[in-house]
Amino acid sequence: MLAFLARRIIIAIPTVILISIFVFSLQHLLPGDPILVMAGEERDPDVIAALREKYRFNDPIPMQYLAWAGNALQGDLGISLRTQQPVLELIGEKLPVTIQLAVMALIIAILIGIPAGVLSAYKKGTWIDWVANIIALSGLSVPNFWLGIMLILLVSVKLGWLPASGYMPLTEDPLQSIRVMIMPAFVLGTAIAATLMRHTRSAMLSVLKSDYVRTARAKGLKERVVLIKHALRNALVPVVTVITLLFGELLAGAVLTEQIFTIPGFGKLVVDAVFNRDYAVVQGIVLCTGIAFIFMNILADAAYRILNPRMSQ
Amino acid sequence: MRILKTLGLAALLAATSTLAQAQDLRVGLQEDPDVLDPDQSRTFVGRIVYASLCDKLVDITPDLEIIPMLASGWEWNAGGTELTMSLREGVTFHDGEPFNAQAVAANIDRSQNFELSRRKSEVKSITSTEVIDDYTIKFTLSAPDATLIAQFADRSGMMLSPKATAEAGEAFGLNPVCAGPFKFKERIQQDRIVLEKFEDYYRADEINFDSVTFLPIPDTTVRLANLRAGDLHMLERLAATDLSSAEADDGLNVEKATSLGYQGITINIANGAAAENPLGQNAAVRKALSLSIDRNALNQVVFEGAFAPGNQPYSPTSPWYNADFPVPERDVDAAKALLAEAGFADGVTLEIQVANNPVQTQVMQVIQAMAGEAGITVELAAKEFATLLADQSAGDYTASQIGWSGRVDPDGNIHQFMTTGGGINDSKYSDPDMDRFLNEARLSTDPAVRKQSYNAAIAKQQEDMPIVYLYHPVWIWALKSGVEGFTPYPDGMIRLHGVSVAE
Repeated sequence: MLAFLARRIIIAIPTVILISIFVFSLQHLLPGDPILVMAGEERDPDVIAALREKYRFNDPIPMQYLAWAGNALQGDLGISLRTQQPVLELIGEKLPVTIQLAVMALIIAILIGIPAGVLSAYKKGTWIDWVANIIALSGLSVPNFWLGIMLILLVSVKLGWLPASGYMPLTEDPLQSIRVMIMPAFVLGTAIAATLMRHTRSAMLSVLKSDYVRTARAKGLKERVVLIKHALRNALVPVVTVITLLFGELLAGAVLTEQIFTIPGFGKLVVDAVFNRDYAVVQGIVLCTGIAFIFMNILADAAYRILNPRMSQ
Repeated sequence: MRILKTLGLAALLAATSTLAQAQDLRVGLQEDPDVLDPDQSRTFVGRIVYASLCDKLVDITPDLEIIPMLASGWEWNAGGTELTMSLREGVTFHDGEPFNAQAVAANIDRSQNFELSRRKSEVKSITSTEVIDDYTIKFTLSAPDATLIAQFADRSGMMLSPKATAEAGEAFGLNPVCAGPFKFKERIQQDRIVLEKFEDYYRADEINFDSVTFLPIPDTTVRLANLRAGDLHMLERLAATDLSSAEADDGLNVEKATSLGYQGITINIANGAAAENPLGQNAAVRKALSLSIDRNALNQVVFEGAFAPGNQPYSPTSPWYNADFPVPERDVDAAKALLAEAGFADGVTLEIQVANNPVQTQVMQVIQAMAGEAGITVELAAKEFATLLADQSAGDYTASQIGWSGRVDPDGNIHQFMTTGGGINDSKYSDPDMDRFLNEARLSTDPAVRKQSYNAAIAKQQEDMPIVYLYHPVWIWALKSGVEGFTPYPDGMIRLHGVSVAE
């Protein structure tokens, strides 16, 4: 297992380098001049010249990249051009926020998606299957931003049950933190739950048709044991793959959700950074997201081996 | 008189509101401010935070008169080249350092010479500062500059602790130290900025909150929802489309002030090859475009009538507005006649770039429809703001829908846009008479003399029309009922002196 993990991590290094080069070049293809934005409304030519020099915008792009990469290797991702805060500090500040949102959304998605999938596969063709499908489809088709605003209007403004937006660190006040985050996590989770439900359903359907399930039933096992222990466990392998892929979708979805609920996370940081052409911040975040994504995939591979030991052979 | 009333009211409120102590005021902002260093920052929203954090040498009244703040008085020499300021005594910065003439000199030096200063052009006219005594400072200027005092009513006039700027350098904005009513406590980017009451503030009796928290909430619907849900005490820049619903809400109060800024269409007249088109080359076509627009209808359709239609860099309620040129009525026939006269009887086609946000796009779509009826086919190029700005600056545009946040001094709304070689003259408009009017207006500190120059400049602008002015935004604040003593200012700032919350 350790050798497997080490191998996977070494393979990941060139990928990370490629990601960083790709993002660096892409950013410079963006139209618009970051210095013009930073110089302020007056766009004083002296200020523009000083800023260009200060932030190395006069250097050729490959040189800028090498300078950035050199610093990044030493753990210095630069500073935000907009607020002067070190990028690493910003990421450290925002990462827990988005992870909390993503994990809560994932839990909600799993709590909704997997039981619904199992149920609709088990009750295939009945009204339960249809209802589960309709709910799943609407979860997929209702846009995040619409659902978010509707929930704010209903739950916060009309009923006054939950705060409309904002953020509270988990470490400061865990209960309030969950209260603030539950609505955005629900909005983010429902879209994912639908996908999860569909995948669980189809995996369950094929497993339920297999010989060993029939054998298990023939042995006289309780239906619950057949369903959970024999069928679901095997059906979960493809579902875990989907969950890791969905994690990427969660991060992407978090961009919108964080905008609506003004959660100061990664997604909001990156969107604002792109609009402000805050290159160092965009670069740092994409690098971290890339690493997180690769890490999630490695975890998924490890999870397969735990769920299905035959895969290690 | 108005000042006295405001101050009197403030004092009265301060005296009666001791019950409302031990409070945190929560304010919803439209954006997250940039770096909190007045020498480096560039956003409007950052200035709202500064109004509670950093006091300035001078302030303005709601009627735009300049009043003492950290400076207690000032006088000009006869030639208008020397400004002597006396300073308020007994003021300390948040770190306990004394505020005095040396501190002012250090601040001016930083605005002028700090590598990352965005204030250089604002204090350019100062050639030297001389500390006369602890509380008197003299500025010597290269030439008379009537605009300087108004600059001191904004970021150039904000006084930072010289000890803190020397120690923190570029990173001052991470922990700003000023001399305002509140001191910096913490900032979580995109989430909150928390300031706490500065106990040694020289006007502490006017401040009724222990802390103030600024929360950036960009979505206007969500910002209003937060106010209604009681998570905010007040918010700035309520969307005009939400105005009627907020006014109808018993739990909310609404305050308004016409902004100092404007929105308009900047036209490329001589900025590179892209200026070679009927609109860039013919003032008659530009006038036709202006005449084709029904500015009142535009205001009704897009802003539910809440904004102020305009046709000059100053709003019709400004003392600098030239009343000889009132906001024109729409006149399609006159527009067509002007086009025919310029040789475009069959109409013209032109591209106007616009920032790709829903409001500005809607403004231009309304104008597109109106201009079309006069034979001017408008093609819209919606661009993200950073791109729009870069294209405009590089001369890669025909016309650009863009605005200006406005300045206290009339010079700030016109000089850099209309003079030859002006820093933001993206039209590259150049006219010797215009240069003369606008440069002369800087020389005198007598408003009557300046008014004549600006009247002449506006007349010339109406003739040549390098910018077609459309409207002046109105700042709209929504406050939870119980928030009292708030005064709307045309600069859009939130001044917390005298504001209190009754529970």
